[in-house]
Amino acid sequence: MAGHPSVGWIDIIVILVYLSATAYLGWLGYRGTRSAADFLVGGRSAHPVVMAVSYGATFISTAAIVGFGGVAGLFGMSLLWLTVLNIGVGILIAFIVLGEPTRRLGHRLGAHTFPELLGQRYQSRGIQVFAGALIFLFMPLYAAAVMTGGSVFAAAQFGIEFEVALLIFALITAAYVIPGGIKAVMYTDTMQGFVMIFAMIFLLVFTYMALGGVTEAHRELTDMSDLVPPPLADLGHRGWTAMPAFGWGASTYDLWWTVITALVLGVGIGVLAQPQLVVRFMTVRSRRELDRGVPIGAFFILLMVGTPFVVGSLSNAWFARHGPLLHGEVIEVISAETGRARVGLMQEVAPERWTPLLHPRTGGPVVVPMVVADRQPAQDIEGRSFERVTGRSIVATYTGGDADRIIPTYITAALPRWFGVIFFLALLAAAMSTMSSQFHTIGTAAGRDLYESVARGGRRREPSILVMRLAIMLGLLLAVTISYTIRQEYVVARFTAIFFGLCAASFLPAYIGGLFSRRVTRAGALASMSVGMSLSLFWLAFIKEREASAIGLVQRITGGQNSLLADVPNWPAVDPIIIALPASLITLVVVSAFTKPPGAEHLRRCFPDSTGTGRAAAPGQGRSD
Amino acid sequence: MLGIDDPYVVAAYLGSIAMTLTGLLYGLIRRNASPDAVTIEDRLWALEEREAGRDL
Repeated sequence: MAGHPSVGWIDIIVILVYLSATAYLGWLGYRGTRSAADFLVGGRSAHPVVMAVSYGATFISTAAIVGFGGVAGLFGMSLLWLTVLNIGVGILIAFIVLGEPTRRLGHRLGAHTFPELLGQRYQSRGIQVFAGALIFLFMPLYAAAVMTGGSVFAAAQFGIEFEVALLIFALITAAYVIPGGIKAVMYTDTMQGFVMIFAMIFLLVFTYMALGGVTEAHRELTDMSDLVPPPLADLGHRGWTAMPAFGWGASTYDLWWTVITALVLGVGIGVLAQPQLVVRFMTVRSRRELDRGVPIGAFFILLMVGTPFVVGSLSNAWFARHGPLLHGEVIEVISAETGRARVGLMQEVAPERWTPLLHPRTGGPVVVPMVVADRQPAQDIEGRSFERVTGRSIVATYTGGDADRIIPTYITAALPRWFGVIFFLALLAAAMSTMSSQFHTIGTAAGRDLYESVARGGRRREPSILVMRLAIMLGLLLAVTISYTIRQEYVVARFTAIFFGLCAASFLPAYIGGLFSRRVTRAGALASMSVGMSLSLFWLAFIKEREASAIGLVQRITGGQNSLLADVPNWPAVDPIIIALPASLITLVVVSAFTKPPGAEHLRRCFPDSTGTGRAAAPGQGRSD
Repeated sequence: MLGIDDPYVVAAYLGSIAMTLTGLLYGLIRRNASPDAVTIEDRLWALEEREAGRDL
């Protein structure tokens, strides 16, 4: 509806130059000592900027920028609580509290993957296989979210079909991850991180300047609360600079429970148990390196997450002021004083002849909130006279209500074309740095944690390269299929939230218990992981309305309802993490209390304290199942 | 404040900045506070990791 979509030669050249630079840095990484492990072997230290930006680039993807930025465009700045958690939990707690114990435990036990860390800690091959299988099965969902986010933007920026953009994105990803780029090279990640930093700073400054400054921009958005579409207002939306209505027992509180439990808590807490991020701590040289990474990591996340949330929300003010003009007939006056109304959109089908615009899905008229700028007498297609109003609307009107298209639509409509190409590169960078870790994790989960543990009976050997490569290709294929098949409301953010929540409920208690407690037992950890995963999947399939209705099982059981708790307000909006994580934690504590604690020798190996011990037994030893 | 009437959203907006400043402050204070020694087990781990990466 807006913008300047097309692919020019300059676009192609700039993108190719960028990809060449990425490939060159990756090649350098393989020739020299550029990976985190290389630094460690050489006894040297990566610069803290390199370490932190590399971590941040793995953390942040198109899912955060396009997916969650778009959700902020729809639901508003309440999403900024996720920024608070992303920095407070994802950087401060992760680096300061969990980073060093993870690094030390991983090195002592010789663990190289997250499932291996859990398996070695609890002396259980079953736990390693469990964690590996969960990652292998569900990580493609998160990868699909990242891929969809990038493809949606490419489609809007270059004026191509989503399917074509997805194919191109998948080919670029395959070219990057399959031949050898799957092992993160810190300098490549860092270059990608700096492209992202530049893009976000420019985007934030441009948006505030275009709307007259920080306070003015916020004030304008605050004053637009009467433009919230009725379907969102019915869920508790009170404006883009206000929290959704909070309470329990009525559907008017559903939005609060969706935003806070699924998007803020699910992702904000779930980051602690992300396998590809936990492994990063093991590649760090020392506690000092972690400490030095904290400020850069915090600043990076503030820019990468805070900017899209603020800009996504403010895009409503930009479109209401500068967006393309729309035409229609007033259905309901919102405010005569400010010239705001709900308008049935119309299109001109013949000179001076207008007909209502119909919704492609419902077939009914498209009614949108509008800031009316002009009124003219006109006639419809049947010759009936009416007052045609012209004006602008909120961003969701221009994307057909699709949150995933909000950031792309804003960039193409509001910002200079050259920035669109830079932003695409930033998204490509965000996607590649995240996906390289995702697919590496999928590969090691299949090769090291599943194949070696099950097929090889746990005997220590070189990782099966063929299984890893096949798993990566299978994961890529699965992610592309999911991206191609499922295009629903804010699917990018939802897929991300599902995976993060599932990881939190399944892994977090066992992971943190394993780092800090000597009393947590193997049975406790396995029970906790089983309960966390089972409850999460049950809740997604049968209770959480949006996901349950898409899966379809609950409709067969109930004869058409979208949730087992469809008649009880708010429960169908609550995220599984609210139920599954506490249940997983309680299970860990209770089962551990009634089962035999780990042996003293193993505990000394895990927690040698200040006395220190030599290297742990070779990985694979000491397991009893 | 800042053109935003809802105190919870203002708190989130400023809280994000406060978290970042906390991180900056922590990094400054702890810059050289922890030891920076690489142990034998660290090196052994890194050697294995590098071999696995090369195989891949």
